[in-house]
Amino acid sequence: MTDHIDIISVDGSARHRAQKRFKSYGLLAIGLSLTFLFIMVGSIVLRGSSAFKQSFVQIKIELSADAIDADNIKRVRFGKLLKQSLRNKFPEATSRKDKKQLYKLVSPTAEYSVRKQVEANPTLIGTSAKLWVRTSSDVDMYLKGYVDANLDESKRRLSDLQLEWISLLQRENKIESRFNTKFFTGGDSREPEQAGVLGAVIGSALSLLVCFMLSFPLGVLAAVYLEEFAPKNRLSRIIEVNINNLAAVPSIVFGLLGLAIFLNFFGLPRSTPMVGGMVLALMTLPTIIIASRTSVRAVPSSIREAAMGIGANKVQTTFHHVVPLAMPGMLTGSIIGMAQALGETAPLLMIGMVAFIVDVPQGITDAATALPVQIFLWADSPERGFLEKTSAAIMVLLAFLIVMNLVAIILRRRFEQRW
Amino acid sequence: MSDTKPFITLVVGALAVSSAASSAFASDQINIVGSSTVFPFASAVAERFGKNTGFKTPVVESTGSGGGLKLFCSGLGENTPDITNASRRIKASEIDLCAKNGVAEIVEVKVGYDGIVLANSRASGVMNITRKDIFLALAKDVPDGEGKTKPNPYQTWADINPALPAVKIEVLGPPPTSGTRDAFVELAMEGGCKKIDWVKAMKKSDKNAYKSLCHTIREDGAFVEAGENDNLIVQKLEANPSAFGIFGYSFLDQNSDKVQGSTIGDIEPTFENIAEGTYPVSRSLYFYVKKAHIGVVPGIEGYLAEFISEDAAGEDGYLADKGLIPMTEEESTEWKAKVKGLENLSM
Repeated sequence: MTDHIDIISVDGSARHRAQKRFKSYGLLAIGLSLTFLFIMVGSIVLRGSSAFKQSFVQIKIELSADAIDADNIKRVRFGKLLKQSLRNKFPEATSRKDKKQLYKLVSPTAEYSVRKQVEANPTLIGTSAKLWVRTSSDVDMYLKGYVDANLDESKRRLSDLQLEWISLLQRENKIESRFNTKFFTGGDSREPEQAGVLGAVIGSALSLLVCFMLSFPLGVLAAVYLEEFAPKNRLSRIIEVNINNLAAVPSIVFGLLGLAIFLNFFGLPRSTPMVGGMVLALMTLPTIIIASRTSVRAVPSSIREAAMGIGANKVQTTFHHVVPLAMPGMLTGSIIGMAQALGETAPLLMIGMVAFIVDVPQGITDAATALPVQIFLWADSPERGFLEKTSAAIMVLLAFLIVMNLVAIILRRRFEQRW
Repeated sequence: MSDTKPFITLVVGALAVSSAASSAFASDQINIVGSSTVFPFASAVAERFGKNTGFKTPVVESTGSGGGLKLFCSGLGENTPDITNASRRIKASEIDLCAKNGVAEIVEVKVGYDGIVLANSRASGVMNITRKDIFLALAKDVPDGEGKTKPNPYQTWADINPALPAVKIEVLGPPPTSGTRDAFVELAMEGGCKKIDWVKAMKKSDKNAYKSLCHTIREDGAFVEAGENDNLIVQKLEANPSAFGIFGYSFLDQNSDKVQGSTIGDIEPTFENIAEGTYPVSRSLYFYVKKAHIGVVPGIEGYLAEFISEDAAGEDGYLADKGLIPMTEEESTEWKAKVKGLENLSM
């Protein structure tokens, strides 16, 4: 006859082994997912971080008072002046081909930046000013080390002559790498060196605002009614099943619905965050309703009974006691829904938000695009410079998501503390 | 009580948003839809136009040529596009649809040309291929003697023509929704298909059989649909030196350090060859403007002027830097006159 202690200790070692095994499986799973996450974020950061820097070149430009009409600055052809000063700097470029290569050192839209600098500082007119402008994307890519100068000349986008000019400018300290503020303060552009994400960030923010304003109150009201007031009959069961099904409908379907109803039937304007937000609201509604119902159901019935016991009616019980208690859960559900909406491009495609839009939207009825759409559009562009911009925009999208979640968590905490 | 307050604010906010929806909007911005091939050029012009003038920068959507024309022809008014881009000419059926919906007067603008290239990684050699070889390599069924066909038996390029490399046929190309695919099928595949005499004769006798033979791409894995993203195709070619890819000239131009274009019938896909029209796989790019919107939506005339200006569409213009192949001087003068006079589209 064995002792009880013996049984426990013998059994124990096997049980301990099983527990250890299970623990190591768990650790392995977590380790693997962390590795993948690290590789993904790492590769994005590695590729995208160079987009936050942009090389500038200093150009000495003759802003003679004859050439510039200070009252009508929009009409002035700064491009011509810019080309003239480049020719002055490198007089050896005489043939048409060489001159063309010379002009390609600076950004094709650098003339607008010259105009802006002159507009901001009219005292420059009549002087020969040293202005900093963006280099072209090809030069920028070379300076960032993405172009192999040892390749045969025909195989790269910069010629030997251009490389010579660049190294001369570098020796004279006329090329500088600066923080690319325009990436955060500008709208989209066809030139990679001029492109920014602000338009897309505001577009996303406005769409999500509209989406939240519509889907949160509607979702919460629907959930509370279904859970607390609706009679438990066949009809309410059918509604419940259908809401669950709706949550699984692919998002492109909501886009088609938006196109048919909001654009074609109601005649709302295309490509606007208002319609985008409405379509995204349709998409997030089921998620919010389901999450809100679960959290309403999780409120213990003792709370309801206590409220009823001191004479509160059904509405008072629900809105004074049940809803505030369920609010943290409802907010969590909304966060999940909104995060999903933030990453959607498919429904936006149908309502015209997948578009090239330069102007930063000022309101919900201005044409706008959204962050994931901007990423998609840049990833699809032929220019090499957009590769790093794509990764950088992904980083902005991730940061947006983190900020959104932080706000939601803080809100949730505040609601939780009251009870 | 105070806990219900944020809730009520939200409800009121939602109502405010929905009521804003019913107010009226004036269209003060040009709306452009259409081909993804013309998209980079149209957006470059739109950006300059916005910066050069006081007008709002036009909104340019990339919907594909067919989708763009469908939207364009859906009627007149604020919620319809003012301009649509197309990587092919408008069809008679589309003109009918437009006319049915009140879009009677359309101005056609030819932008220039685009070449479609068959490219591979710089790590391998340049392939010199004919259109007939391309057809034989990629068709689902190939001719087997007079009037008969058989499923495509060719596994390597050398099976078709001993002069070609003895590597497995593997071509990455765009899906059927793409205009590039349409143009490739029409220009390269059908172009090669026609070189076979009895097939050419069949065009008159049995047009459907002719089309299905010449236009159907094989589905046994030798042709891989790589999605609409041409950058992805370039990356895949870099990783797999034995594969070929089909994409627009602008991507070859931008990635000349990584990929090279195959010569088709001894003609290299270069800017000059496409501009002269000697490179066989090139197509014209267009855009269409609603005449009724000119003068109503501010800035359309300015946008047209910017697009046809020497700065943009000229031989040294910024569009040429983006990969657009400009028209010859003669052709360009002819089109400029047409656009300035806002001449109606005639087929």
